[in-house]
Amino acid sequence: MTTATSARTDVSLIAHLLRRAGFGVTRDQIDAYTAKGYEETVEELLHPKQEEAADQDLLDRYFIASVEARSVGHADPQWAWRLATSQKPLEEKIALFWHSLLAVGGVKLDHGLEMLTEIELFRRVGLGRFQNILIEISRNPGMMYWLDNQNSHKNAPNENYGRELLELFSMGIDDLGGGAYTEDDVKTAARAFTGWASRPTPPPFFLGPFPMEFNFDSSDHDDGEKTFLGETGNFNGEDIVEIIAKQRATARFIAFRLYLFFVADEPNEPEIERLTDVFQETNGDIRSLLRSIFNSDHFKSEEVRFRKIKSPAELVFGTARLTDRFDIPDMESSSLANQALFMGQHLLNPPSVEGWHEGEEWVDSGSLIERINFASGEVGRTDAPGIQRMIERVGTSNDLLDPEEFVEACLDALGSIDLGDRSKSVLMDHASQVGPFDSDKPESEERTVEMFQLIVSTPDYQYC
Amino acid sequence: MPKNNGHQNKNLVVIQLSGGNDYLNTLVPYQDGLYYDFRPSMGLKGDDVIPINDKCAFNSNMGPFKTLFDQNKMAVMMGIGYPEPNRSHFRSMDIWHTAEPFTSSSEGWLGKANSLIDPDGKNPVTTVNFGRGLPRALASQGVSVASVGALESYGLYTGLAGASNRDAMLDTVSRIYQPMADGGFPSRRILETGRGALDGADLLREAPSSYNSNVEYPEDNPIAQSLKGIAQVMSAELGTRIYYAAHGSFDTHTNELVNHALLWDQLSKAVECFWDDVQQQGKGNETVIWMFSEFGRRIADNGTGTDHGSGGVAFVIGDSVKGGLYGDYPKLDLSEQLEGDVHFNTDFRQVYSTLLEDVLGIESEPVLKQKFNKLDLVKN
Repeated sequence: MTTATSARTDVSLIAHLLRRAGFGVTRDQIDAYTAKGYEETVEELLHPKQEEAADQDLLDRYFIASVEARSVGHADPQWAWRLATSQKPLEEKIALFWHSLLAVGGVKLDHGLEMLTEIELFRRVGLGRFQNILIEISRNPGMMYWLDNQNSHKNAPNENYGRELLELFSMGIDDLGGGAYTEDDVKTAARAFTGWASRPTPPPFFLGPFPMEFNFDSSDHDDGEKTFLGETGNFNGEDIVEIIAKQRATARFIAFRLYLFFVADEPNEPEIERLTDVFQETNGDIRSLLRSIFNSDHFKSEEVRFRKIKSPAELVFGTARLTDRFDIPDMESSSLANQALFMGQHLLNPPSVEGWHEGEEWVDSGSLIERINFASGEVGRTDAPGIQRMIERVGTSNDLLDPEEFVEACLDALGSIDLGDRSKSVLMDHASQVGPFDSDKPESEERTVEMFQLIVSTPDYQYC
Repeated sequence: MPKNNGHQNKNLVVIQLSGGNDYLNTLVPYQDGLYYDFRPSMGLKGDDVIPINDKCAFNSNMGPFKTLFDQNKMAVMMGIGYPEPNRSHFRSMDIWHTAEPFTSSSEGWLGKANSLIDPDGKNPVTTVNFGRGLPRALASQGVSVASVGALESYGLYTGLAGASNRDAMLDTVSRIYQPMADGGFPSRRILETGRGALDGADLLREAPSSYNSNVEYPEDNPIAQSLKGIAQVMSAELGTRIYYAAHGSFDTHTNELVNHALLWDQLSKAVECFWDDVQQQGKGNETVIWMFSEFGRRIADNGTGTDHGSGGVAFVIGDSVKGGLYGDYPKLDLSEQLEGDVHFNTDFRQVYSTLLEDVLGIESEPVLKQKFNKLDLVKN
């Protein structure tokens, strides 16, 4: 392999990593990460600094209505800003992962502040031990309300949380609806979580929403003896979660979901089996699992590149980040949340406790038109600094570019992405209609932008 | 058209009144003293109502509705709702969209209807939605729905500044979205979806060119413009069975007298134009309008408006509809109220099952998951 080819391989590998562990990055940032090296980049992504976000004051000043947000509509500008600008991409990506897996729908909760509290919870503990994540979400007032644990009492347990905890959050069921647990286990889990509820705290503002806090009411808790997944004791919710977290079914379920979210839409059995082992060896440490994913030969292989359909959030924020145009949190960033909604993903409001169905289901004829129109609009923003740098990058060569070189230069400028052979050859045809690309000609900028727009219109661009 | 359930298949036009339309000031109980007791600042009387019998009157901004009602083309569903009403906009709208009051579901009743009408997804415009983004009512796995802002500008790149080369770009994109025989990358499903989207966009963008009508829809009236778009698609005969549009916001917590009147004035004029248009096209018998809102509002006013309530009013319109009043007007006595709201007496899912079977000509049970008693709403 020549040095040039190997450098290019490094660049496209880093670009792949950042599309999966984040929302993609600009070509300039890829250079910076490549200089650090692949494994160092993985470590940096896995250890986002846990300080308070420096721009929170700015955000609150611009989005006054989203301070102590009442509804989802008031809350989403806050997350949209983070998704569009955060320099800790994996922190936001893992929050999105848990937001869809441990899904709380804003539709029922109707409490923007609580929804943002959850996203913050996922940022804070989302890369830690799975057992801890489950404990935290079980103490989360939004979740307690969403799945009716608020109405689960010692003498009348409500089974909703106990059931979803097992079925959708940890052990899962197979295609036939069977699981590694029984109906009795569901009932026992429900008993163990009686008394787990929340209570309002005083609102900071007149007429503001009430921030909620966890409240354990021991007088409403069933502390009788229970048998759960073969173990017997006077279990409380913490004990239930501890028992769940050591089950092989749980390890496999989480390995499977991480694989689908970070690696490919099509599951790979040996790799999921390997990750299940890693889960058990590391006591469900999500950071270790992701490290093991990102550093694996399987993840780095061509086999899984561009084999995941971008979710609307990935498409919207991934494309918008290329423009590098978000200086202040104004409508420009907050409207991005609406764009994802138009494409079928209402952030902070997953459609049900199952979260979103990922993969090809994202793309229907209505949403595809939205995706193409949005993405081609973004890369057509010639006044945005990020797009200007992309145009300059394509125009750096002093030589004339033949159609293939021109298309390749545009793909590189868009963040070292790639297309399938057929789409690429149609785009080369398109380029050849005008002849070789000459960066000195006045129409070169228009040609470049048009090629960017065509590239983001391809079916290939719907994958990350 | 094939016959189903003894009824001719028809097309359904849904108009969603978003935000919670105030039942009591739409169909006014103008002879009931309690109404005026509970609505000291918001009670409509005199010239502000159009009586339809000795109990109920339409809001005076609903003149065209009165005409349709008198022609026996309008069924008015009094006290429509569902058990254990929810007063959150989102959740309640969700319940109307999915027809599932007790569980949270991601599939809409009309999305499921679409997949029964066109199981192989052959027609990309079986359902056409006017508006951005898909209402959950239309969402269903594998169902493609065109969501149109404006027909003339529908499709790819229509909003791009400086896309001087749009035709060449479209040509290139069209060449890329050609399903290949083999699997591979990009997947066949994505390529087919793209093909359907582009074909659907071409069909819809061309629809206005085949449209010829002397009906003048008001320009500055968004719902009228949406209904005009629907009339244009209808005239193009693309095989569309379900149309969807929304009007609002009816969330009249304040300044209700002004805002509610304006919304109904717009809507009445829009429906009047649309029904003229439909009849000129000779489609009055094969078109049914269904108009609903996620909830009604509190019985008592709050001084300048009304807050979220439950129980509401809905409308079914068409030449094939058996006009009249359905259900009972709920009593307003304190002892008859539900936490300050009216009780419902007609489950909206009964209307859905009627619309599914007697209008769209499909089985209702797979969509609604249970059998509901149909209403005797449709003539033929």
